[in-house]
Amino acid sequence: MTAPTRDVPHTGTPGSGLVVESLGVTLTGRPVDVVDDIDLVLRPGEVIGLVGESGSGKTTVGTSLLGYSRAGAFISSGKVLIEGRDVLAMPWREVRQLRGEEIAYMPQDPASALNPSIRIGKQIVELLELRGIGTAASRLQGARDGLAEVGLPNDDEFLKRYAHQLSGGQVQRVALAMAFLPKPKVLVLDEPTTGLDVTTQRMVLDTMAELCRTHGVSALYVTHDLAVVANIADRVAVMYAGQIAELGPRDTVFSNPLHPYTRALLDSIPHLSQARALKGIPGRTPAPGARPEGCRFNDRCAFAIDQCRQQVPALRAVASDHEVRCIRAEEIGTWDIHRGTVPDAAPDRTRDVILSVEGLNVFYGRTQVVHDVTFDLAKGEVVALVGESGSGKTTISRSVGGLHKDWTGTLSFEGRELANSARQRIAEDRRRIQYIFQNPYLSLNPRLTIEQIIKRPMELFGIAKGKQATDRVLELMDQVALGPTMLTYQASRLSGGERQRVAIARALAAEPDVIVCDEITSALDVSVQGSIVALLDGLRRERGISMLFVTHNLALVRSIAVRVEILQQGRVVEAGSVVQVMETPREEYTRKLLSNSPRVD
Amino acid sequence: MTAPASAPSAPSFWLRARKQKRFAFGMGLTLLVVAFALFAPFFAPYGENETAGPPYSPDGFFGTDYIGQDVLSRLMYGGVGVLVVAVLATVLGMVLGVLIGVVAAYAGGWWDEIIMRLNDVLLAFPQILLALVVLTAVQNPAPWVIVLLIGVSHAPRVARLARGVALGIVSRDFVAAAEALGEKRSRVIMAEVLPNMVGPLLAEAGLRLTYSIAVVAGLGFLGFAADPGAANWGQMIYENGLGLATQPWAVLAPVLMIAVFTIATNLMADGLAQLSQKEDSR
Repeated sequence: MTAPTRDVPHTGTPGSGLVVESLGVTLTGRPVDVVDDIDLVLRPGEVIGLVGESGSGKTTVGTSLLGYSRAGAFISSGKVLIEGRDVLAMPWREVRQLRGEEIAYMPQDPASALNPSIRIGKQIVELLELRGIGTAASRLQGARDGLAEVGLPNDDEFLKRYAHQLSGGQVQRVALAMAFLPKPKVLVLDEPTTGLDVTTQRMVLDTMAELCRTHGVSALYVTHDLAVVANIADRVAVMYAGQIAELGPRDTVFSNPLHPYTRALLDSIPHLSQARALKGIPGRTPAPGARPEGCRFNDRCAFAIDQCRQQVPALRAVASDHEVRCIRAEEIGTWDIHRGTVPDAAPDRTRDVILSVEGLNVFYGRTQVVHDVTFDLAKGEVVALVGESGSGKTTISRSVGGLHKDWTGTLSFEGRELANSARQRIAEDRRRIQYIFQNPYLSLNPRLTIEQIIKRPMELFGIAKGKQATDRVLELMDQVALGPTMLTYQASRLSGGERQRVAIARALAAEPDVIVCDEITSALDVSVQGSIVALLDGLRRERGISMLFVTHNLALVRSIAVRVEILQQGRVVEAGSVVQVMETPREEYTRKLLSNSPRVD
Repeated sequence: MTAPASAPSAPSFWLRARKQKRFAFGMGLTLLVVAFALFAPFFAPYGENETAGPPYSPDGFFGTDYIGQDVLSRLMYGGVGVLVVAVLATVLGMVLGVLIGVVAAYAGGWWDEIIMRLNDVLLAFPQILLALVVLTAVQNPAPWVIVLLIGVSHAPRVARLARGVALGIVSRDFVAAAEALGEKRSRVIMAEVLPNMVGPLLAEAGLRLTYSIAVVAGLGFLGFAADPGAANWGQMIYENGLGLATQPWAVLAPVLMIAVFTIATNLMADGLAQLSQKEDSR
């Protein structure tokens, strides 16, 4: 019973927590590992942050703890031990019993995990019934207690609600309550706060951390967001291409990261306290089956030597509790979290206003969603619109871009007034103001080739055509770091980051003076975000392009913008230079946003 | 989350369609029936209106019909008319319907309401009714009249589906992006919206073809064929109905041809629908 846990170091109480030993998941079709060689110990009451980019296999590891793998893959090797029992060797009946009861799982989108046609109270009672907890009489009270624990109201009115009558954060907390009610020993959370705004995210994370501590539950928190991990995790495991690249206590990993990949990741995230020159990681995460020989990071690593390409590095302990999968960990020098910081953009240089918005009111039908918003944008300047979801930031940007036409107020471009919709504006104005969308999976026509997509604005505005246009397309692709071979690819073949680059190239093809960027990095990995921000910053400096940058990420604002407008429910509550607003916020709302934002620095 | 960073080169829709068993089988069968209709007349033992023996006699492969014509020969001659009219009617119905549906979805607002409510009025009439009303009024209708009538009666049904599919596409950002660039509306529809509707529309076209055949054959059965003397699968069923007990093949043979063709085109349509669903979930 205790034999498997005995040889594992660092285990607190023997027989508690969870131990993963050399876990491997393989594709069913071909002998290709999705993840392999995963060793992890979850101590009781401990939160481990499992961080990685898309395609690193972090979700695969997360679901493996429940003995589950997605269709098309299977768990091919290893053990998952809970109190000495191997989850992977159990008969399926026991696994079924164990899922939820001993190891709970909280999916990426808990909203879709709640049944939309059953009232919240009934759903929780049903869960208790299924798990055989309590008696028929005590279950309703159990449901109330569970809701109270996650800080939700538990009166009859709330119990009678349906999932769609709750806010996003409430749904997440109901899911959290349901995960905790059967008193599991281990909790696997798969990006449960992606898509929530910072305030709600903070609330959910705090609730989770507190419950883990009071109930002694070990949690595996799967995420791509290093900043979140920095706030809640006790230990951090960084995954790359199906393996753990670095594993250690949170403070150690953030202050002294030893794997070049961890460092590159940290270099790509913005800080709240100071502007940084963000850097991306060149290349992209290799897919299973296409991973390089030797160290899997060698083709993107700045420190790679021949040995890295030949020898597969093992995860080795460099300090107590700190393990790294890099043969050169000791040779690559020290690291500082503040590396790459640059002076904040100087706000008080002379401003040459190119676009100004005055008294903007925007409507959706009879509802007014933006109230009397006034701001302006100078040449070569980045102004950020920041706010929680529903604050109207995207609505404003769409009105400026002429995509939403139901608004009143004055929008002037170089002193000329702009019409409401893009169609009513003159071609020259349409050309000079370009819009980049949030979701690159929706903003490119999947049936067109990259060449057709980037070439179109040139043809439309008579900038270039034929061979000349193709040459310019290649030039632009080079500028946004896309290889010339992608010219004939259809957009559906590209990754998210590559698609967003195509979208940027399309905007640049029109040779604009103003680019409206609507949360353009929120759907992307941090390393990709870093390189996109670096790219935009370069464009701003070289071409003097002005940008209206819509985001909910205040740290990103610090690194890219000069001025910021803080929005709350369709009104500007605070505006000014980024340094001033972020260093000395006047409004309570701004302070709340700042303190709720996850930070790594 | 665990999806590979880059999708492997996607084979064309057509290639993937051919790999699907349901589609391949339906397609093969359809081609066989079409080939039979097109080439069989060259091998017919008797002419289209040639008398081969006494009425309802068992002479020849399928025997003879109500006026002593050879059923096999009539069967061989009678396919082209039905298929050509059905295909043309389907094409016409698809073009009209897609146009109405996409324009309604793209225009939105009041235009959408007006177009679709008018469409609903047309939908209330049974499909064959319009054709029957006009055909009873017109003496000896030309084939194109039948094509027109069937095509027009398809249009509102196609329009419903086309609008539904288009609604999911016009709300995507790449359409907004084209709008922001100030593309012509016609180009937005042709270049941005329509190419993304191909899968579901192909499936619908397959289904519509089946319905066309049914209506053409039905009109023939009711005695409204373009040329009453010419061989026509639908009309054959009607003509020989009286002799069903003595000479069943004169009725069963055309019924079987229509049934096989209907099943085949439906399999094709189903296959395409499945495939386009898979595409969307990728």
